Amino acid sequence: MTTISEARAARLEQEPLRTTGPKRGFARGLVGQVQDIWAHRELLDMLIRRELKARYKDSALGFVWSLMRPLAMLLIYYIALGKFLGAARSIPDFAIYIYTGLTAWGLFSEAVSTGTASIVGNSGLIKKVYLPREIFPLAALGSALFNFAIQLVILFAATIAVGKVPTGTRWGYLPLSLAVIVVTALGWALLLSAVNVYLRDIQYLVEIAIMIFFWASPIAYSWALVSGEIGAGWLRELYLTNPITIAIMGFQQTFWVAGSDQPYPPDLDTRLWIWLGVGVLFTLIGQRVFARLQGNFAQEL
Amino acid sequence: MGSKATVVEVHDVSKRFVIRKEKSLKERIVNFGRSNLHKEDFWALRNIDLDIETGTSVGLIGPNGSGKSTLLKTIGGILQPTSGTVRTRGRMAALLELGAGFHPDLTGRENVFLNASILGLSTQETEKYFDAIVDFSGIEQFIDTQVKFYSSGMYVRLAFAVAVHVDPDVLLVDEVLAVGDEPFQRKCMDRIRTFQHEGRTIVLVTHGLDQVAEVCDRAVVLEHGVVKADGEPRDALRVLRSEFDQMRAAEIEKQQASASAAPEERPRAEIVSVELLQDGRPVQEVTTGAPLSVRVTVDAAEHLDSWILGFGFDSSIGQGVFGTNSKLLETPMPPLRGRASYDFAIPATHLGEGSYTVHGAIAGPTGAELHRLREGARLTVAADGREQGFVRLDTRIVPAR
Repeated sequence: MTTISEARAARLEQEPLRTTGPKRGFARGLVGQVQDIWAHRELLDMLIRRELKARYKDSALGFVWSLMRPLAMLLIYYIALGKFLGAARSIPDFAIYIYTGLTAWGLFSEAVSTGTASIVGNSGLIKKVYLPREIFPLAALGSALFNFAIQLVILFAATIAVGKVPTGTRWGYLPLSLAVIVVTALGWALLLSAVNVYLRDIQYLVEIAIMIFFWASPIAYSWALVSGEIGAGWLRELYLTNPITIAIMGFQQTFWVAGSDQPYPPDLDTRLWIWLGVGVLFTLIGQRVFARLQGNFAQEL
Repeated sequence: MGSKATVVEVHDVSKRFVIRKEKSLKERIVNFGRSNLHKEDFWALRNIDLDIETGTSVGLIGPNGSGKSTLLKTIGGILQPTSGTVRTRGRMAALLELGAGFHPDLTGRENVFLNASILGLSTQETEKYFDAIVDFSGIEQFIDTQVKFYSSGMYVRLAFAVAVHVDPDVLLVDEVLAVGDEPFQRKCMDRIRTFQHEGRTIVLVTHGLDQVAEVCDRAVVLEHGVVKADGEPRDALRVLRSEFDQMRAAEIEKQQASASAAPEERPRAEIVSVELLQDGRPVQEVTTGAPLSVRVTVDAAEHLDSWILGFGFDSSIGQGVFGTNSKLLETPMPPLRGRASYDFAIPATHLGEGSYTVHGAIAGPTGAELHRLREGARLTVAADGREQGFVRLDTRIVPAR
């Protein structure tokens, strides 16, 4: 017909036929998906922006609201627990301590809860366009990380304000703990978001679980209090078999300078490395489960 | 045609949907043992084989629930086939629903970037096309307004504008051409023609059969998940239209069966039958331009005086195409009692290609209708595909003087 169409036909002839949708098989499927997501990284960036922009679009204070919640919680815990119940007496710099925990926990809980709802929440897109669907839990994680970054800046400013700025090797714990939280949250978000499509109860279950596990980590109370209560037996090991608990203590190692002389569980860094490995493995498994379940997303939503 | 590259290769694809009612954890647990009883298999597609070559425009047509959209989604990779494979080449853009991925709280500008990105355009490319997109949509004024304040027409304009600037090799379109006002629709059709000219492949799902005849160079008729016909749009449309007619006939029969149970006011006269004849032999299909007689048989239970007899052709959707009667023809009918037949002679049937139904009617001296026999006969008119519409004008092009 025309040269344009001939050129197109010639170019298309050179291209191989591709099977639509995700590839099958563990390694091949994983590599394929990662490539696919990498190819869509600009879209991921846009989706994160969309989440953030749309959330506070018409409010006068905008992003400030994302800080209000943790600050209000800080105030409540500081007054109720710290002053009335006296936790502040045994925990030096209680405000810094509690805000460190809240920041770390906030990242995990936001990434998991918004991640779980992400597939169902974006059903309009999933039913109409083919995208690597992992992008939605990832976008939820991305927007949680953005909020986390803002809080981290405030936390750092607070350590300057109280005159106890973390220095030296303390900073080593931050990236490691952050990595543990990110991979663990991502693994859960992938797994739960996929299951949530088939069982909508999951997202309510997650809300409750997040509430419970908030108290299962040393955020509003100190590790010293727990270890004093449960001793050194299996209960203590059970308490420590929680990547988020370990990661939060890692955060406290960095930011809670006043707590340098406080007890920490032994081999905190070894535990962090182990949980990082477990978290990566868990994320990979989560992705495979996700890949298995996603074939029917469009018809189940 | 045969040497062209295949861009979509559907091989033995079947898709099963499991229809389940319950969704919550409680219901699942309560019904755990019996859960298989609550499932129902539904095959939306069965062993579909389809190869689409580059540069063709294919229309997927069929009645509701025939699996058209499912097939389109399978080609687009949105649904995974239960068995079989779908392989594609080149960049594919699916336009399954306009504005998929528009966020109501973001402005038009922000949504253009988001939507383009979803359809596979990089930010740089979007920036390059941005002015063209806005220009095509014709809503420059509102581009920085939040999309939630848009009218539905504005929404659709922007979404289509983004979609056609994505530069796809294969464009999948599902029922979206019917939106927007007429000038915009025409703009969309022009754009689709440009796409065809540029050798892009278009797969179109639609109920607008005329659109298929107009746009596509191949049509695939699906019914109950099976390919019923595949080929020239005219042939495929004929298959589908006759299928629709059968469905309608079955429906009318059902209606009449239930209506006859109800008491009816007794007409003094009725149309018994309408027949189509050519050279004295009954016909159902004629070539356009051929002579035709319409024989209407009347049964008058009482004496009829100065009455009117009429007949007419209707399109497959029941729209009147042609009609006449003895009054218009200035032929007074003789008094009648009992049964009699009359022929309306048509020297040349200048009807356009398609299928029609024929009705007969009888009216009293005041012009009030006494009885009408709807769809008394069916007529398929065959033509050479040179013209569209209900009339045959035998047009040709000559240079103007």
